[in-house]
Amino acid sequence: MGVLLAAAQNADAPVLVAENLAFGMIAAMMIFAAIRVVSAANIVHAAVYLVLVLAGVAAQFILLGAEFVAITQVLVYIGAIVVLFLFGIMLTKAPMEGEERAGRDNWALGAFTSLLLFGLLGYVLLDGFGRDKLPEALAPTSTGAVSDAIFGGYLIPFEVVSLLLLAALIGAIVIARRD
Amino acid sequence: MLLNEFLLLAAALFCIGVYGVIARKNGVLVLMSIEIILNSVNINLVAFSAMTGAISGQVFALFIIAVAAAEVGVGLAIVLAIFRNYKTVDLDEVDLMKG
Repeated sequence: MGVLLAAAQNADAPVLVAENLAFGMIAAMMIFAAIRVVSAANIVHAAVYLVLVLAGVAAQFILLGAEFVAITQVLVYIGAIVVLFLFGIMLTKAPMEGEERAGRDNWALGAFTSLLLFGLLGYVLLDGFGRDKLPEALAPTSTGAVSDAIFGGYLIPFEVVSLLLLAALIGAIVIARRD
Repeated sequence: MLLNEFLLLAAALFCIGVYGVIARKNGVLVLMSIEIILNSVNINLVAFSAMTGAISGQVFALFIIAVAAAEVGVGLAIVLAIFRNYKTVDLDEVDLMKG
């Protein structure tokens, strides 16, 4: 067993190729889907493409060895938030077919801002982190370690988040109530 | 794998989300773009967590997921209230406080 582990760690070149390939394919899918989300005329299609983006994020978490975060991502985002979005779309009777005016006057401003931001961020990241490598053979983080951190040092923020969720629940009911 | 692969992917997603927030007028779509932005930040946090071996990044990512759930709930309630009052979710029509 130990020999096998050592061999797996030594022969990391093919493993890394596979990881890089997986990363590249998932990343390309995510960027395509994200662009479709912000450019789709039909808002229901945008919600479905959003599912692709969120699933891609979960896959990247698994590549990084953060399995608990990945599962939480699937449960909370794909399971709950996307359903909430679909309900919001239905309840607001949002335009189903390109009813949004074609001449969006913010189009140029948005493209300019985001391209400028991407250029800046890309320059800073490449300059600052260069070719920093992630540790070889990323071991999955155990759920026990995550829960130790949450219920150890982060106990008070955790309780505050639960209060925040309660407040958001009550606030959403009060705002959306018909009276 | 390089750390920068993940950071650049997150930067690209962040910029796409910023474009959506600025350019789109549908309130629900703006909320979706904000979700893309929050997810890109989560990728950064988890990537740094894997880089340094510290677990705090993953805990912060979990907190961000919880806060995003609360944000979507309140945000969609506000969009519903706007729709009830204005009969539209076009954010350019909502200019009561424009002055």
